[in-house]
Formats: sequence, structure tokens, C-alpha cells
Amino acid sequence: MRNSRNIRRALLGAALATALPGLAAAQGTLRIAMTAADIPRTVGQPDQGFEGNRFTGIPMYDGLTQWDLSSADKPSVVIPSLATEWSVDANDKTKWIFKLRPGVKFHDGSDFNADAVVWNVEKVLKQDAAHFDASQVGVTASRMPTLRSARKVDNLTVEMTTAQPDSFLPINLTNLFMASPAQWQKLYDAVPASVSDPKQRAAQAWTAFAGNASGTGPFRMDRFVPRERLELVKFAGHWDSKKVPKLDRVVLIPMPEASARSAALLSGQVDWIEAPAPDAVAQLKSRGFIITANAQPHVWPWQFSFVEGSPWSDKRVRQAANLCVDREGMKQLLAGLMEPAVGTVPPGHPWWGNPSFQIKYDVAAARKLMQEAGYGPNKMLKVKTQISASGSGQMQPLPMNEFVQQSLKECYIDAELDVIEWNTLFTNWRRGAKDDTARGAHAINVTYAAMDPFFAMVRFLDSKAAPPVSNNWGFFNNPEFDQLVATARSTFDGGERDKALAKLHARSVEEAVFLWVAHDVGPRAMSARVKGYVQPKSWFIDLTTVSMQ
Amino acid sequence: MLVYLIRRLLYVVPIALAVSVVCFSLVHIAPGDPLVSILPPDASQALVEQMKKSYGFDRPIPVQFAIWLGKIAQGDLGTSIATSRPVLQEITKAVGNTLMLAFAATLIGFTLGCFFGFVAGYFRDTLVDRIAVTVSILGVSVPHYWLGMVLVICFSVLLPWRPPTGAGPGSSAAWVWDWEHVKYLILPAVTMSVIPMGIVTRTVRALVGDILSQEFVDALRAKGLTDWGVFQHVVKNAAPTALAVMGLQLGYLLGGSILIETVFSWPGTGFLLNAAIFQRDLPLLQGTILVLAMFFVVLNLLVDTVQTAIDPRIRRG
Repeated sequence: MRNSRNIRRALLGAALATALPGLAAAQGTLRIAMTAADIPRTVGQPDQGFEGNRFTGIPMYDGLTQWDLSSADKPSVVIPSLATEWSVDANDKTKWIFKLRPGVKFHDGSDFNADAVVWNVEKVLKQDAAHFDASQVGVTASRMPTLRSARKVDNLTVEMTTAQPDSFLPINLTNLFMASPAQWQKLYDAVPASVSDPKQRAAQAWTAFAGNASGTGPFRMDRFVPRERLELVKFAGHWDSKKVPKLDRVVLIPMPEASARSAALLSGQVDWIEAPAPDAVAQLKSRGFIITANAQPHVWPWQFSFVEGSPWSDKRVRQAANLCVDREGMKQLLAGLMEPAVGTVPPGHPWWGNPSFQIKYDVAAARKLMQEAGYGPNKMLKVKTQISASGSGQMQPLPMNEFVQQSLKECYIDAELDVIEWNTLFTNWRRGAKDDTARGAHAINVTYAAMDPFFAMVRFLDSKAAPPVSNNWGFFNNPEFDQLVATARSTFDGGERDKALAKLHARSVEEAVFLWVAHDVGPRAMSARVKGYVQPKSWFIDLTTVSMQ
Repeated sequence: MLVYLIRRLLYVVPIALAVSVVCFSLVHIAPGDPLVSILPPDASQALVEQMKKSYGFDRPIPVQFAIWLGKIAQGDLGTSIATSRPVLQEITKAVGNTLMLAFAATLIGFTLGCFFGFVAGYFRDTLVDRIAVTVSILGVSVPHYWLGMVLVICFSVLLPWRPPTGAGPGSSAAWVWDWEHVKYLILPAVTMSVIPMGIVTRTVRALVGDILSQEFVDALRAKGLTDWGVFQHVVKNAAPTALAVMGLQLGYLLGGSILIETVFSWPGTGFLLNAAIFQRDLPLLQGTILVLAMFFVVLNLLVDTVQTAIDPRIRRG
């Protein structure tokens, strides 16, 4: 009997001894299923929207400035990264001086310095630069619309020039990631001599760079299989010792189908999935998986048309619509995976501004406003809204829009939904409400990111941003708002700038410029073995704090 | 035979040209912006115009078509807008993965289809026939997207026997023919095989029934041939049509299935097309559709040739 027990113990010991090294190796590996159908671009300026920045931008690269992703409670704000400090020229407000962090190395061992910054600005802005890459321009230039050039002052100082005074520049620069010029040059030199056209050589060097990326971020590329997986490993030489990852390895897998992601998590093929389908949440929870969510700077709105003849030109109607939507009811519909929106930013945000008009669910007040505007149960207001059936950031557009449609009916608004394909809706958004593609719509449902002031407010509220310049789809035109935008843009003290933006935001809520409905909460589901994860109020996350139990 | 082959080869040229025109036109007719994959939604119109110029989309459509066709003639399918990788490289890799899946599905579908078809044909109007017919109708009727999800739920989630997604533990780039990798192939291949299985079952059943009612079968039996000998003749007579049907089915399978490959994240042509469609990656979309269409053209040619070789009546016709 004792012998048999000893044998069993010995066998168990042998089995554990065999299994433990494997177990230990797997402890530091996190496998993530993304919603993207392909690995976001790895050359420094990711595509695939902010999911790209989240997984192939921020982990592998740093910008001059970065978002503070350390807190789940406070709003995410811009903090120093590769630049330690910055200031605008007192005499010429189009010039900025950025002081760079000393001692920073790229993954390939080369130095980060002013030359590298200038090189990275020129990769997207200087068309005659040898390393100019048109494919990176689109996702970069529109996110720093006023930046024009960069100049080296000394090895650790750079001067940036903008087209006009623009206090938003340090925020916009979170989108410009620093790739290694030395690594690119090495790959450029390795292009076969038979390729003589410099543009072709540069293009091939960038393609090679995608598979041999080098930035300064906390993770470095280890293995890249296009369309299948990207493996990142810890970069122990990161300049911020607090951001050296706890994980040894992160495996990123594109998995666009929501049910496939859920199945992959349930079967243990991955440890973390992005955006589980709302109807899978209960099952995932019941199987012991953790669902995380937090309000993101994201807005799910109806953007109104203000062109002649639009019924939304009447402020009372706009305010009534905002009072008529049962946002808590919609939250239930989405299994809790949204936050009710009462403005572009939530109360408590530095740009909130305490508007006098409070958005809430108050059908009686909404009906009163509609009756004042001349509508009632026997005289319904007919409106048309262009929406999509799917799309990045659109959450669940069909049920959500149908919910809004039903809500508005209670307040004498009969909304027709014009459902069109997502990319087409995008294109129409750029063309504006006056274009034929709007097909007479009085509103459009395109969600937007609200991380920086330009994207959150300026492009919608400034009359100069009307199509074809930017996304003021409805041709909103109010001199008071133009002035508020100009003031915010030319206020260079951070606190004062936030006050100016708060005033702009408060006025936009008072004027009910949008029908604000929801903020996305960036839901993700993960195994209970994932530890140390903090979901900030941001589109982005910090993977360096995460570990595997 | 040689003349027939030459004539069929000559037909391929205008067909290929027509296919290229359709491929190019279809994606341009579709609404939306071809640069949507590299432009954020908030891009200004000025930036859109600048990018259009950079990628040559500002030129008239016929000029773009001429440039595209000229490059194809040199074996260059262009560069993906979304990834900057050569389209040919993307398609070659995806085609390899789809071939693997398609042949596995064909093997399952053709084997089971022939089996059910012959059994049903031989035992017509019996219980066995009715079971085989039911299986074939189910195979054709069940949405394979749904079936794929059900198989995943059953065999990956509830019973963790097979991995639900992907093409091997370390991606398709590291594929080797061992059990660790082959087990990733099973669920998508089974899902993909149900339609050809159903179609082949129905075709073979009808053929066998038809052949068995012909006079030469009676003659064979009168000559004293055993059932096995008659069966061999039936197989030989049914083979050309069954082969043609399977050839076309293989063509469909080689085209990849957007739905199946997306459900299983199998990195084949369907998965590639899905990404290309949603990213509006025009060069990738055009290149993939062209290659898949040419698959059909070549496959039809091959099937016709094999049929002609097997059945002298076609050659004479």
C-alpha cells in the first residue's frame, strides 16, 4: 500500500516537474483577440482606428507626449513622454520648443534624439523626403492638422511650427509615434541594388520595416505573421523603468467575428477578447470570465443638419429630442455596455463646463417644447437620419437607432432611418448635409472620438470646418462658437485652455447641437488569470501593468 | 483532342479579359471611398484629394484600368493600400491556405457524397435511400455559417476537443502536417464539406438511378456479370458527370468561403476578401477576385479536358 502511494507520489512529482517549466513559460504570455480583420500596421502610424493605436502603436512606440492611462477614475490627460517639457514661443505663437528626454534608445539600440523627431515629422509631412510614406499620411496628418514642420535646435531640442497658433498641438502629438530612422536606413540599404527608383526603394524599406519594427515603446516586435498574429516581447531597456512590462510576451490575433472571439476565449485559446457581443456577456460571466468596461471619450450621437429647411434648426426641437431618449433603457438593451451621454464629455471632465440646459429623460418637458415649436400628436415632425448597419465604433447601430426612433415617437418626432453601408456613410459624412449623398437627411449617425479638443468639438462647431474642410456635416454656423473656438485655440496656458473649452462645451450642450445618446465603454472580456489590468477612461490601455497568474 | 484543347485554350483569352473588366468595374461601381482604409473618418476633403492623387485614384477610370491591366500582364497585381504589401504575396499565401482547406473539404464531401449517392441510387425508395436523401438535403440547406458556429460551440467550447479558430498553434506560416496542426483543419473542413456532399449525393443518386434503368445494365446482367461487375460499369458511366459536378464544387471551395473562413479565422482567400471588402482595399479586392475568377476558368478547362478524355462522345461532339 505504502509502496503504491510512493509510486503515485513519484509519478505526480515527475509529472509536475515536466509540466512546470511549460507552465512557467506560459505565465508571462498574454493572448489577445482583437476585433480587427488584420494586424494594424506596425510601421509606427497604425491604421484600423484607435484599436491600431492601442495594440501596435502605444505598446511598441512612444510619442513626444502620451495619455496618462494609469487611473480608472480620473479623466485621461496628456503627460510628458519622449518630450520632457514644451512651450510656445512668446513672440511667435506658431513655434513650439520641445525638450527631449535624454538617454532614450530605440529597440535596435540606436539613439533617440532631435534628428529622429525631425525624421518622423518628415515621414508624413515632407513629400520630397527620401523616407516620405504616403500610406502613413492619412492616419497622421488629420490628427495633427496644423503641424507644418520640425527643426532641430540641438541634439535634445526640437522646434515645431504650426500653420496657425494652436494650443492643441501637444495633445495632437500623442498621435505621432517615433520610429527608428537607423533601423529604416538599415532596411533601405538592404533593398536589392536592382531596385533603382528611390521611391520604390523607400516603399520596400517601409514594407520590410513593418516586419522588423523598431520604436522606443515598452514592447518590441518579436514575430509578425501578416493577417494572423503579432508577437511582442518585453523591452527591458525602456526609458521608464516603471513601464517595463511584467509580461514576457503579448500575442495579438485578429478575430473580426464576435462569436469567434467568444468561442476562442471560452475554449482557452486566448486570454482576452476585445468587444464581446452583448448577448455573450452573461455566458462569459457565468463561466468565470471578467468583463471590464469604462466610459470612453467616444460619442454615439445624431449630428443635426442646420441647412435651410432642416427641422433641427429650431433649438426647442433639438432640446426636446435630447430630453426624449431613455438612455438608461438603452443601457439595459445593451446589457449595460454603454454610458448615457449628456454631452460630448461627461460631468466632471475638465471640459464639461456646467451647462444650464441639463440633458435627461423627461418626456413631459420634451413634449412641452415640441408643442411650443408647433408639433403635437396630430402634427408629428417628420425627420430623416442616415445610419449604418455596422461599423467601427458604431456599437450596435441598428437596435440603438431603432430605440431612439421609438423614444422620439413619444415626443411627436417621426424619424425615418435611412440605412446605408458603413463606408458609404463615412464618405457621405465628409461631403455634408447639402450633398446629394445625404439624400435629404436631417441628421447623421456617425460616432466620434472625443480625446482631443479638435476631434471632440472644433471640427463640428467651427463654421470653417464645414465640408469639404472637415466634419461639420450639418453646416453649424454660429459666430459665438467661432469666437469660442478661436479663444480656446489661442490660449496656451493649460488650465485657461481647459476653461475656454469648457465654455465651448457648455454652450454646445445648451444649444443642443447634437442628440447625444451614448458613450462606448470599451468592453473586453478576459480570463481571471489576467491580473493588474486598469481600464482607463480612454480608448487606449497600458499593457505594461498586466501580468498572468 | 489536340484541336479541341487548342480551341478551349483560345476561349480562355476573351473570357479572362471579360473577367478582368468585370473585376475592375464591380469594385469601382460600389459606393464608398477607396482610401477609407488609410484615411480616418475625420480626414478633410483636402487630405482625401491629396491621397487620391498619391495613389492615382484621381485619374479617369479607363486610364486606371489600362494601368492595372498592363501591370497584371507583367504579373504585378499591385500593392495593397491598407498594408503596403504586394497583393500577389498576400494572395499566394491565402490561396495556399484555402487550397489546403478546400482539398480537405473536397475529400470529405466527395467521399461521403459518392457513398450516400451510390447507396441511395442502388437502394432507391428504401429507408436507406430516404436517409441518404435527407442527409443530402440537410447538407445543401443548412447555412454553413450557422453550422460552423454550432460545431465550434459543441467541439471547442462545450467539449474542448478541437481549437475553434486559426490555422495552427503558431499561424499558417509555421504549418506542418502533424496532428497539432491538422486538428485546426478539421472543423472548418467539415463545415465546408456539407454543401458539396449534399450536391454530389443528389447528383450521384440521380445518375445511378438513371443508369440502372438503362438497357445495357440488363444486357450486362444477362451476360452473367456479377453485381460487383455491374457496379463497376455504373461507376464508370456516372464518373464524368460526378467529376464535373465535383470540379465545379471544388472551384467554389477554392474561392474560399468568406463566412466559414471568418468564423474560424482561417487565413485563406475568403478571410482576405472579407478584410479587403471592409477596408475598401481596392487593389487587394480586385486582385483576389481576379485570381479566384481565373481559378474557375482554369478549373472548367481542366474538367472539360478530363471529361473529354474519359467520354469519347464529348470529343466527337
